[in-house]
Amino acid sequence: MSQASKITRVVGPAVAVRGDDIDTDRIIPARYLKTITFDGLGDHVFEDDRQQLRERGAVHPFDVPAHRGAAILLVQENFGCGSSREHAPQAIARWGIHAIVGESFAEIFFGNALMMGLPCATASRADLDRLMAASEANPALEFDLDLERSQLTAGDIAVPVTMPEAVRTSLLTGNWDATGLLLDRYEEVERVAAKLPYVSGWNVV
Amino acid sequence: MARTLFQKVWDLHRVRTLSNGQTQLYIGLHLVHEVTSPQAFAELRDRGWRVRAPERTFATLDHIVPTQAQVRPFLDVMAESMTEALERNCREFGIPLFDLASGRQGIVHVIGPEMGLTQPGMTIACGDSHTSTHGAFGAIAFGIGTSQVRDVLASQCLAMTPLKVRRIEVTGRLASGVYAKDVILTIIGRLGVKGGNGHAYEYAGEVVDRMTMDERMTICNMSIEGGARIGYVNPDETTFQYLEGRPYAPTGADFERAKTWWRGLASDPGAPWDDIVVLDGSKITPTVTWGINPGQSVGVDDRLPEPGAAPAGERAGLAEALEFMDFRAGQPIAGTKIDVAFLGSCTNGRISDLREAAKVVAGHKVSPHVRALVVPGSQSVAKAAEREGLDEVFRQAGFEWRGAGCSMCLAMNPDRLQGREVCASSSNRNFKGRQGSPMGRTLLMSPAMVAAAAVAGEVVDVRSWMAEPAGAHA
Ligand code: SF4
Repeated sequence: MSQASKITRVVGPAVAVRGDDIDTDRIIPARYLKTITFDGLGDHVFEDDRQQLRERGAVHPFDVPAHRGAAILLVQENFGCGSSREHAPQAIARWGIHAIVGESFAEIFFGNALMMGLPCATASRADLDRLMAASEANPALEFDLDLERSQLTAGDIAVPVTMPEAVRTSLLTGNWDATGLLLDRYEEVERVAAKLPYVSGWNVV
Repeated sequence: MARTLFQKVWDLHRVRTLSNGQTQLYIGLHLVHEVTSPQAFAELRDRGWRVRAPERTFATLDHIVPTQAQVRPFLDVMAESMTEALERNCREFGIPLFDLASGRQGIVHVIGPEMGLTQPGMTIACGDSHTSTHGAFGAIAFGIGTSQVRDVLASQCLAMTPLKVRRIEVTGRLASGVYAKDVILTIIGRLGVKGGNGHAYEYAGEVVDRMTMDERMTICNMSIEGGARIGYVNPDETTFQYLEGRPYAPTGADFERAKTWWRGLASDPGAPWDDIVVLDGSKITPTVTWGINPGQSVGVDDRLPEPGAAPAGERAGLAEALEFMDFRAGQPIAGTKIDVAFLGSCTNGRISDLREAAKVVAGHKVSPHVRALVVPGSQSVAKAAEREGLDEVFRQAGFEWRGAGCSMCLAMNPDRLQGREVCASSSNRNFKGRQGSPMGRTLLMSPAMVAAAAVAGEVVDVRSWMAEPAGAHA
């Protein structure tokens, strides 16, 4: 969890992980949550999926040496569903990913990623298919996620990406770490709490 | 103007619109557990912040506690170190901790309601996606990640964007042998695991109106499995009766005032729901998941789907699930042999769940090839069950009777599947690897169905089971 800075674009090669509904237990198995820090999680990202593919003589994209330097992760639908563990986006980020582009994201995962300054943008399935194919064909291909223009380009492909406006603004202005904002003018918070009977006593209703 | 409960509670807790366009929302109750909080406390220390409202914050231990040999120090050094970290953090920041010695320890979503901490009209946050459970009381309750845990600790607030509200009406009456678990599995099967993204689910209709609080908690609990971060039921007399006399509930004249306030929070007739889905409750049958997400389920007397017959976009997912589970398209789910039966979790680890399961196993024996365990959701649930003699019913049938915790719902304690074991489970997630073996297989179902499967050694229809005299399956 770093201090907030403006995030306007992410540039680098991509890696595609195909499949809908990839849940957070698959992103980081629960046994790695037995820790009081997020250190070292990057080594275990997608661990069981990677292992199972290895046993079948196949290779997970995260085990393809040519993808090792990837900065952008391409995914499909409902990525990050399941548990609220922030360990999931932490593991992805600590492996080296700086942005994720997918067809859709589970809500808690999306919010957790934002809180870490890891942008998640959405694109259409057809556009993702082309981008994934391009990255698989040429792992070194440089992708450019431009949040100001809401666009992802790779070689001669350029596709629009979206995210909720409040989220985009908070990334562009460096306000994605909201704690400071929440502590600002705290008397307004106290005024709201004072009107809640369960906080300040039932005689107020 | 007519409003939904969601809108009313949201408006009551709204502080302001932040410069980035999000809403600053006041959080009325913050529940903390050992897994998602250590990094948040560490950061609080780093930044020199205190916990803003320790009196609105409560902690428990659930995910990592062993359910056998609960003697400290725990044998697992990492579990011990996480426990010590939570104890240290609670001590240092002045947060009450319901630890093993308190007599009130248990799964965070079981103990909040049973102590009366969870009340209508609250905003409730916890670093756990099943926080949606507390919505059963007409609260706006949702799971958050560790950075947000830090925010709530530091400011008692969160930066949020509002959700749409989908009303889900379950009409008619449930048949005998059909439970709240079957209702929510059917809803998720119908609307999909991502159908609720961006939504709060408001559960209503005759079936929900008639449900006990435990049953409402079961359906709200699994909202997140349908993609909805929040699920809730409008508060009514059932809610108030449940709360009356609980340790943290208002008392006397305050309770009467509270009831008036709570009643006024329910969605108004004709409130602007974003959409309404109606389901015929009388058509719901005992439901079992066969795949690797909670939307992949069938009625117990149905057959598994044929990927070829599904819409093109779903075929790959269905084929992957069939392959992982080692099932064939079109095979019946009934008759699937099981190796493990797990009764417990925040979905179905409450006293009423144990009562239903005990009714099914009474007088029977667990099948010789099945390892069966009962894990009460909290120490209070365990005590209540022991008072009623349920522990003996289970023990005599061949179940292990354990201490409270998350246990085999996830793989953070010694209770796990081995290898390719198939588990009939009353929990909420059948993801690959969820129950501790990367290749383990989970079938989600109601506690009564788990109990019946434990005895039969395979998936069976609890309705026909109930029709037979006790002893027929012994
Ligand atoms: S019982 Fe399972 S789902 Fe519930 S809080 Fe524990 S681990 Fe999470």
